[in-house]
Amino acid sequence: MLSQPLQIRFLEKRRYTIYLSIFLVLSTFLSVLLHGGLNYGIDFRGGTNVQIRFDSEPDLNQLRDLFASQGYDSITLQTFGAEEDREILLGLPIDSSLGTGESLTTNLQKILQNANTQPEIRRIETIGPKVGDELKEDALLAVLIALGLVLLYISVRFQWRFGISAVVCLLHDVLAVVGVFSLFDKEFNLTIIAALLTVVGYSLNDTIVVFDRVRENLAKFRKRETEELLDLSINETLSRTLLTSATTLFVVIMLLLFGGEIIHDFAFALFVGILVGTYSSIYVASPIFLMLQEKAPPKPATPSNTELTQESQ
Amino acid sequence: MNVRVKGLLILLVFAVAVFYSLPTYQAYQPGVDPQQHPNRVNLGLDLQGGMYLDIEIKVEEAVKETVSRTAQELEDLLLDNYVKFVEVRQENNIIILEMEKGETVNLTESPYDRLLVQFTPTDQPNNRTTLTLLPEELTRIQENAITQALEVLRNRIDSLGVSEPTLQRQGDNSIIIQLPGLKDRSQAIELIGPQAVLEFRIVNDDATPAAYNRYTEVVRYEEIRDPITQEVLSRNPYVLSKEVLLTGEYIRDARVRFDQQTNQPYVSLSFDSIGADRFAKLTERNQGKRLAIVLDDKVQSAPVIREKIGGGEASISGQFTTEEAGNLSIVLRSGSLPAPIEIREERTVGASLGEDSVEQGLTSLLLGGLLVLIFMMIYYRLAGVFAAFALVFNLLLIIAVLGGVGATLTLPGMAGIVLTTGMAVDANVLIFQRIREELAKSNNLRSSINEGFDRAFKTILDANVTTLFAALALLQFGTGPIKGFAVTLSLGILSSMFTAIVVTRFFFEMIYLNRKQLKAISI
Repeated sequence: MLSQPLQIRFLEKRRYTIYLSIFLVLSTFLSVLLHGGLNYGIDFRGGTNVQIRFDSEPDLNQLRDLFASQGYDSITLQTFGAEEDREILLGLPIDSSLGTGESLTTNLQKILQNANTQPEIRRIETIGPKVGDELKEDALLAVLIALGLVLLYISVRFQWRFGISAVVCLLHDVLAVVGVFSLFDKEFNLTIIAALLTVVGYSLNDTIVVFDRVRENLAKFRKRETEELLDLSINETLSRTLLTSATTLFVVIMLLLFGGEIIHDFAFALFVGILVGTYSSIYVASPIFLMLQEKAPPKPATPSNTELTQESQ
Repeated sequence: MNVRVKGLLILLVFAVAVFYSLPTYQAYQPGVDPQQHPNRVNLGLDLQGGMYLDIEIKVEEAVKETVSRTAQELEDLLLDNYVKFVEVRQENNIIILEMEKGETVNLTESPYDRLLVQFTPTDQPNNRTTLTLLPEELTRIQENAITQALEVLRNRIDSLGVSEPTLQRQGDNSIIIQLPGLKDRSQAIELIGPQAVLEFRIVNDDATPAAYNRYTEVVRYEEIRDPITQEVLSRNPYVLSKEVLLTGEYIRDARVRFDQQTNQPYVSLSFDSIGADRFAKLTERNQGKRLAIVLDDKVQSAPVIREKIGGGEASISGQFTTEEAGNLSIVLRSGSLPAPIEIREERTVGASLGEDSVEQGLTSLLLGGLLVLIFMMIYYRLAGVFAAFALVFNLLLIIAVLGGVGATLTLPGMAGIVLTTGMAVDANVLIFQRIREELAKSNNLRSSINEGFDRAFKTILDANVTTLFAALALLQFGTGPIKGFAVTLSLGILSSMFTAIVVTRFFFEMIYLNRKQLKAISI
């Protein structure tokens, strides 16, 4: 693919890509605002989800009427998975009279008797209101602590400019994926949080590989301009970045295609995340590092606390 | 290290990995009972079907109950000792004792100190004293409630016939119940749900629910249900004496029987000797009156006592189905919960959905892995073959460790493995790209390989350790799917570092570096 290192002037384009990134992040906020918050799943909101498979294709409108006629108006119904799966996902609010543990299955079976199809209840999830809040807090805490540790680790192993650039880059990626989810109004649940964290891990991996090369080159070529060095480092690691993204995308695309409906949104988040993560390790992390470096007067030729010294070739 | 020694060590690790992955492979062959293979990877409830419940024990109810019983006992004691008092009343968890002017009672002395309690110094008017539970008494009640609840629930769950149920305490007042492979969700909920407090009280047919003596009587309802839909059609009020004559705690056994005439199922109880004695006495004293059988504050039936009943047998009839009667008998046999419970979280997955998930997960894992392998072998030729072997080794290691410690694999955990597979290649890509870079700079093949490994190693370490940090944070602070995902991710990072760096390097050493003359390398 790339046997000779390319000499693309990546950083030159930062004047444009910075607008792209700002646009991405702003549209996330705008979309969340316009949608009145994220579309939280029952993990965070509380309530009940029931996944039901029918022996013939279910008619959603007929089912809706059926539930409404029994006085259950506040339910949501949607098809789940591929058409040939003949499945629906039934959502109930926390206080639904159907939603109490003891009688839920019997009640459902009673109502569905009147539909001309045999239902099989495949999955039931009920989350109490208190639990939802706890899960939300726990998830947020886990993400923040993970990010804090990353910042600390990179700042110690590299230097603080790398740490800040990497964390800003990660936040950028997380926000972008959240934005895509909000834009498509996809459900935001615990599994998606796990996906976001994977994106963080992946993007971090990418960024560190580039930064590692930057650090090495900073020590090797003391006299050159930082911008030039950054471009050189990105070019040198570019084929690796593209190769790894490609192989990881292979697996994620397989998950998207064959992983089944439950894992579909998870794989979708990873898919978007890998694309954004690859972009951001080039166009977000390095420009921010450059900005921090240029602002620091007078420019130190060698990073103060790197472990690398000039290496002989 | 000598290449031969290294090779032997790697072979050893490989053999151990195969040995520990074998039980997992064997356990999930069709027609095999997985339990015969203890060192297998357990499948999570989302993969094999089953039920996960997070239930809260309402310990504050147990405390309230104790305080109320204590107030009752205090009142009785004051009466027995001819102390004149205005009232003994309970407000939340405080007992307020108001005595007549001039009356004194030393509550620090026996028998009162047995009952309670700590005094909050009284600056109250009208000779009033307030009493609260001692803090250690409070903790004891709460702790007891949880331990007792665990025991009672375990008894009930045993009757479900689930192969490996787990009950675990979580936090101050929660119990996590996991029932893998559960078939009947409704039955599980019916068994776990009720507090099952059984009481026998006498009915006062002269009083009406509108006018009854609040000091000695209570009103409880009987629910009349539609026999088919089980809908509550109406609620029948009963005025009952406040005094509980007998409770379910003296039940020795409970069985389902059928009425000879109507063929209706009912639950027949047999009491232990104390219970039988009390039952005989209460039926002797209250002939002609009605005896209400109250379960969890709902009147089940209220038959008229015709004669003294010895032998310690009683029965609960109602509009039960056979299953309901069966569940009720199990619940009564295992005893009552010390406090009511609330289901905070339920996740039930049907067995067929679990099977589908495993199949889909495996399919995408195999397809994705295969694509990666083929790509690597085409792009890096022989070096790609090394990487491919390292990748398979990596998967084997993950399964071996998961199986060795008997860890549970969930759907997000599976996704974690799939992702590790994708990312594990990264380490090899980093190494191979470095070697190619070095080769472009110099013609010395040997030093190019060494340089490539050494330089890539630093990068791999930085990248993987950073990700590992994040994964460990998730493991520590995450819940449910986040945790399952973090387990396989951290494991994957560790094993992929080993296979990508040690194993791949070994191949290079064996094939190339060991030679005297090195002309070309295939990368």
